[in-house]
Amino acid sequence: MQDFSAAFIAAFTLIATADPDFLEIIGLSLRVTLTAVLIACLIGLPLGAALAVFRFPGRLALTILVNALMGLPPVVVGLTVYMLLSRAGPLGVLELLYTPTAMIIAQTILVAPIIAALTRQVVADLNAEYDELLRAMGSSRAGRVATLIWDARYSLLTAALAGLGRAFAEVGAVLIVGGNINHVTRVMTTAIALETARGELALALGLGLVLILIAILINSALMGLRASAERMAYA
Amino acid sequence: MPEAALALAPSVALTGDDRFWPVEINGLTYAAGGKVLVDGLNFRIVQGPVTAIMGPNGAGKSITLRLIAGLIAPSAGTMSYGGASMPGANQIAVVFQRPVLLRRSVAANLDHALKTYGVDRDQRRDRVKALLALGQLEDLARQPARVLSGGEQQRLALVRALAAEPCLLLLDEPTASLDPQATAAIEGLIARAKADGIKVMLITHDRGQAQRVADDVLFMHAGRIVEQTPTDRFFDRPQSPEAAAYNDGRLLLPSNASNSGS
Amino acid sequence: MALSRTALAGFIVFAVVFAAGVRADDDFIIVQSTTSTQNSGLYDILLPQFTDKTGIEVRVVAVGTGQAIKNAKNCDGDVLLVHARAAEEAFVTEGYGVARYDVMYNDFVIVGPAADPAGVKGEATAATALRTIADAGAPFASRGDDSGTHKKELALWTGAGIDPSGASGTWYRETGSGMGATLNVAVGMEAYTMTDRATWIAFGNKGDHEIVVEGDPALFNQYGVIAVNPEKCPTVKAALAQTFLDWLLSRDGQDAIAAYRRDGEQLFYPNAAD
Repeated sequence: MQDFSAAFIAAFTLIATADPDFLEIIGLSLRVTLTAVLIACLIGLPLGAALAVFRFPGRLALTILVNALMGLPPVVVGLTVYMLLSRAGPLGVLELLYTPTAMIIAQTILVAPIIAALTRQVVADLNAEYDELLRAMGSSRAGRVATLIWDARYSLLTAALAGLGRAFAEVGAVLIVGGNINHVTRVMTTAIALETARGELALALGLGLVLILIAILINSALMGLRASAERMAYA
Repeated sequence: MPEAALALAPSVALTGDDRFWPVEINGLTYAAGGKVLVDGLNFRIVQGPVTAIMGPNGAGKSITLRLIAGLIAPSAGTMSYGGASMPGANQIAVVFQRPVLLRRSVAANLDHALKTYGVDRDQRRDRVKALLALGQLEDLARQPARVLSGGEQQRLALVRALAAEPCLLLLDEPTASLDPQATAAIEGLIARAKADGIKVMLITHDRGQAQRVADDVLFMHAGRIVEQTPTDRFFDRPQSPEAAAYNDGRLLLPSNASNSGS
Repeated sequence: MALSRTALAGFIVFAVVFAAGVRADDDFIIVQSTTSTQNSGLYDILLPQFTDKTGIEVRVVAVGTGQAIKNAKNCDGDVLLVHARAAEEAFVTEGYGVARYDVMYNDFVIVGPAADPAGVKGEATAATALRTIADAGAPFASRGDDSGTHKKELALWTGAGIDPSGASGTWYRETGSGMGATLNVAVGMEAYTMTDRATWIAFGNKGDHEIVVEGDPALFNQYGVIAVNPEKCPTVKAALAQTFLDWLLSRDGQDAIAAYRRDGEQLFYPNAAD
C-alpha cells in the first residue's frame, strides 16, 4: 500500500518541520488529556479505595455502577456533557461549550470510572495484606485509605495509564463538546477525523503514528518508573 | 504516657501506664464454623513477667492472642483493661509471625507507625532515629523494608511495635522462621522491652526460647488454659498430664470434652 | 495536613482548568456549519481575511446541516451556514434566525467507479441515473445523516419515483456519517454516491472513482447564511455575527469565495443578492 509509506513520510515531515499548527494540536491534546486524567485520579483514587475498604449501604450498587461506567461510549459522554453545557442546558451560563474545559470535563467523566474500578481492585488486594497490621496499629479510616493508596502508588500507575490511554485515543466525546475548532479545540484525534473526512488518509495516518509515538513515550516513562519501583519491592 | 521517652535515648524507659493494669479476662470464648476454638478462658494478665504461651497446634493460642489484641471479637466473655472495656490507643502492640511491612523504606515504616500513633511531625525524626538504633537498623534506614533479610524484617516489625510505647506487647511466634543469630537479636529486644516495663506475651514452640526469655508459661490445649506455671517448674514438673505429654514430645490427642459438651 | 495538601492540589488543578476555559479574548463568534465548507478548505482561506480586517475570530463547528441547525436552536452558535433551503427557512420562520441570505452555490455530482458497473455515465438527469442504479442493484452509499446533502439525495430519489429505504442494507448503504466518511466508504466498496462538488474536488482519497453524472439543474446546491436571533438566544453576539454576515455578503467576501481554487478549479460560486 502506497498510503502506508506516505503516512510514515507525513509523520516524519510533521515531526521534522515542527509545524506550529501541529505542535499546537499536540500541546492541546496533552493539556486536555493530562488534566482530565489528573482530575479523574483525584476523584477515582479515593472513590476506588473507599469501595475497596469500607462497608456502607449501596457499596455493591456503586461498585457495579462504576464497573459499568467503564464501558461508557465516548459519544454518549460527549452528548451528555453537550446537553449540560449547551446554552439551552442547565450549565449553559458557564459558557464552557466548545472550549478545552468542556473537553476536559468530558474526558474526566470517561476516565474516572476506569481509574476508580482499577483502584478498587488494587487497593482491595493490598488491604487484605495490610488489614491486620493497620487494625493492630489502630489506624483511622482516612489514615488507612491514605496508607493503601500511597503504598499501591506504583500499581495505581497502571490504572492511571489505562485512563490516559482511553482519554488520549477517544474522539467521540471531544468532537461533540469541543467542536474541533481550529486553534481552539482541535486535538490529535479530531484532527485525524477531519483529515480522514477530507480523504487525506496519509496525513490522517501520519497523525495517528505521531499519536502512537507519544503514547509509547508516556507509557515507557511510567513503566520505567514502575520497573524501578519493583526492583525496590515497592510495587 | 511519656510521649518523648524514646526520643531521648534507648536506655530510657519505653513505657509506664499504670491505668492499663490489671487485664482481666472472663469467660472468653470464640467459635467459628460451628467449632468452639477458644473455650471460656478466665485469667488475669499482670504487669512484669514475660509470659510464653505454649501448646500444640490448634490449641487456640493465636486466636487468644488476637482476642486480647482486639483484632477479632469474642463470641462470649469479657475483657477489662484497668477497669475499661477497651484498651486505650497504642496500649497493645502486636507482632505477627510473618511481619507485614509497608512498601516503603525502613525509616518510612517507622515514621508511618509514629504518625499513626499520633506523634507530631517535629518529634518523629528523633524517634525514628532512636528506634533504628534500638533495632540495630541504622545502616538500613534508607533500604526498602521488603528487601531486608527475615531477621532484619522481624527486628523492624518489633521496634515498630515498640514505637507505640505499649503496655502489652503480643508476639505470635516471632522467631519461628529465623536462624539462631536473628532469634538472639529478637530475644534481646524482648529482654529490653521487659526491662523497660512492657509486659510481653509470646507464642512459641521453642522450649529453649521459653527458658531464655519467659518467666512463666501459659499452657493451652483444646481451646482451654490447662496451666500457668513458672518456666523452670513447667519443664521440670508440669502440673497437667497434657503438659507433660507435650514436653515429652508425645502426641496430644485433642480432647473432645470441650466440643462434645455443647 | 494531608487533607489540606490534597485540597490545595485540587484547587490548583481547577484554577488551571478554568483559566484555560476563560480566555481573555472574547472577540469571537461561533459558526455552526455544514461540513463541505470546512472539508473543502474554504474556511482556511476565507476566515483569516475576515479576521485580519475586523479582529473578530471565527470559530467553526463543522457538523452535518441537521445537527448544525439543532445546535443553533440550542443557542450554541452565533451564525448558521448550511445548505438545506427548506430547513433554513423554517429556522427563520420559527424565530431562531434573523433572516436568511444566499451566499454562494455549487452543485452536486454523482460519483462512481470508473468502470461504471450500472452504466449511468452520460445520463442527462440525476433521476434517470438513480433509476438505472436502482434497477442494476449497484451499490449506492447514502449519507443517511439528515444532512443537507442527504436531504437533497432523498428529494432526488423521490423525484425519480423510487423509495430506496426498502433496499437499505442491500445495494442501498446508509453510512450515517459525514460526506468525507461516506466518500471513503463509497471508494472502499465500489459504490456510487452523491456529493457536493467542492468536497469532491478537495477530497484526497478518490481511488479510481470519478464524476459520472453532472450538470442537471436539479443538482443545484445553494448555501445560505443566517444570524441566530438574539430574541430567542439572548447570549448570541448579534453585532459580531452581523459584521460577519455583512462581510460575507459584501464585494470583498464574495470575491474571496470566488477566488478559492483547488487544483485550478473553482469550488464555490458567490451569488449574494446585491
